[in-house]
Amino acid sequence: MKRFVLKRIGLALLSLFLLSLTIFLLIRITGDPAVLLAEPGASKADLDAIRTQFGLDRPLWVQYWSFITHALRGDFGQSFYYRTDVFELYMSRLPASLLLAAAAMAFSLLLGIPTGIIAAVRVNKWWDSAGKMFALLGLSMPSFWVGLIMILFFSVYLGWLPSSGSGTMLHLVMPSIALGWVFAAYNMRLTRSSMLEVLGSEYVKLARLKGLPEALVIGKHAFKNALIPVITLAGINLVIMVNTAIVVETVFAWPGVGRLLYEGISFRDFPVVQANILMAGTMIVVTNLLVDILYAFIDPRIRFER
Amino acid sequence: MNGSVAHSRPVAATLSLAGRLAAFRTEGFPHIPVLIILTVVLVAIFANVIAPHNPEVGVLGDRFRPPAWQAGGTADHLLGTDHLGRDVLSRLIFGARVSIIVGFTAVIFAGVLGTTLGIISGYLGRWVDQVIMRITDAWLALPVLVFAIFLAAIVGPSVSNIIIILAAVFWTRYARIIRGEVLSIRERDFVRLAVVAGCSKWTIMRRHILPNVVNTAIVLGTLQLGVVIIAEATLSFLGVGVPPPQPAWGLMLADGKKGMMAGYWWLTVLPGSCIGLMVLSANLLGDWLRVKLDPQLRQL
Repeated sequence: MKRFVLKRIGLALLSLFLLSLTIFLLIRITGDPAVLLAEPGASKADLDAIRTQFGLDRPLWVQYWSFITHALRGDFGQSFYYRTDVFELYMSRLPASLLLAAAAMAFSLLLGIPTGIIAAVRVNKWWDSAGKMFALLGLSMPSFWVGLIMILFFSVYLGWLPSSGSGTMLHLVMPSIALGWVFAAYNMRLTRSSMLEVLGSEYVKLARLKGLPEALVIGKHAFKNALIPVITLAGINLVIMVNTAIVVETVFAWPGVGRLLYEGISFRDFPVVQANILMAGTMIVVTNLLVDILYAFIDPRIRFER
Repeated sequence: MNGSVAHSRPVAATLSLAGRLAAFRTEGFPHIPVLIILTVVLVAIFANVIAPHNPEVGVLGDRFRPPAWQAGGTADHLLGTDHLGRDVLSRLIFGARVSIIVGFTAVIFAGVLGTTLGIISGYLGRWVDQVIMRITDAWLALPVLVFAIFLAAIVGPSVSNIIIILAAVFWTRYARIIRGEVLSIRERDFVRLAVVAGCSKWTIMRRHILPNVVNTAIVLGTLQLGVVIIAEATLSFLGVGVPPPQPAWGLMLADGKKGMMAGYWWLTVLPGSCIGLMVLSANLLGDWLRVKLDPQLRQL
């Protein structure tokens, strides 16, 4: 177990190292980083000043070392637009993103799990096909379009919901549906296949043989076990939601980290963009690591895998 | 991933093209999705013949005209005009061209890159495998969209940049899955015989392994086409994709946002429907191909 955990941590660190190296090198290959780091419209003298200030005239590995040691201390530089520390700025936006992701997750589970179960219980009936179609539709419509259509319908025509901003529960409704839509489709597919697997298992057959009512077999014996992969994946999905909400946050002017990334791009506020990407990668690698270790605790077979 | 499943697959490779087409026209062929994709491709090819107006130039006096069937609409602008008075129908038609070009090229580039790396990684093994797979892991750590947005933000918007970015972001899926397939293929007898016969590693990879993973790559490619089209639309929507005034569906949606609060629905509904239809069709075709060509991938 100890060996497994250590190996996984090692691989995760390696991933993070390669990721930071990729980002670092890409910025330097694709253009002059001084131009990216300078405020738009900087003069030649300003650019030279920035090169000395950030040490861009030093060898690459020295630059990488200073980049990574600063990043590890949470120092991603100053935002050009907000004139504040980038890391603080990021942290101040994170709660809003977490709230949105939690609401979207709740929506996707509430919609995806019941439909998935019904599809599995009524497998190959019309309800199953309807569910499959719904899942395909969910995967085919870009989240920002779902958001725009909802704004058009619920804000412009019906006037029920606010079209943008944050503050009240009503503000949360449309962004969380737009963000959770695709995940609802994933959850439905996953619940369906997991439920089908469980329904074919020995203990469900036994429960049926015992003469338990079908509702009890499905509701108690099958449901709980079928839910394990869905809930596990929900953890990873939550982190992914936080980091892919950029489009939805932009459409609804939701003040989270996605919106911050968008602002960073539009204002050419490069330190913000870079910090955002590094934080996203770190969060996902760490979550995957935790899930791997958790799995190994639950299922001993994984520990002995090569 | 056992041998018996893999054994049943490559039969189709021996059939003639006509034979293969005949085998395809069986039950469950997604007629409507294929028809939609073909229509979009034809519209994209003949965009300059079909489009009634110049998609990039508008008449400011004709701003926000509704579609022809609504009050205030004219037959000249069947689907209305946008905030600069540009014809929506013409922009949709030329937008198909951007979507098709970006979608297909990016998928092919990503597929070629990912398949090559997957084959090399799986067949050569050892440190080559380690290096390629660790890089794949690191690249997979970022959500594709966020990675693409980051790259687009540093290289700047243009159609060719988008293609390179999307290819650079999407190759990892191919590499992972193809590598897995190669690991089982390289243990099979015909590969061992080729080694005994003295074929070079390069020849084995090209002549004996590649033909056995092409099906998987095609299925993956079709399934990714939709994702790539959505990614392009998203980048354009965020202003880091296709630069204005070029017509692209994602860009039209970004513009459409401006007229939305005034109730100009056609600027939002129409481009979004085009994206949705195209992606849905690609997904349906991909699902069908997956079942048809590669039973191993049904679990995906």
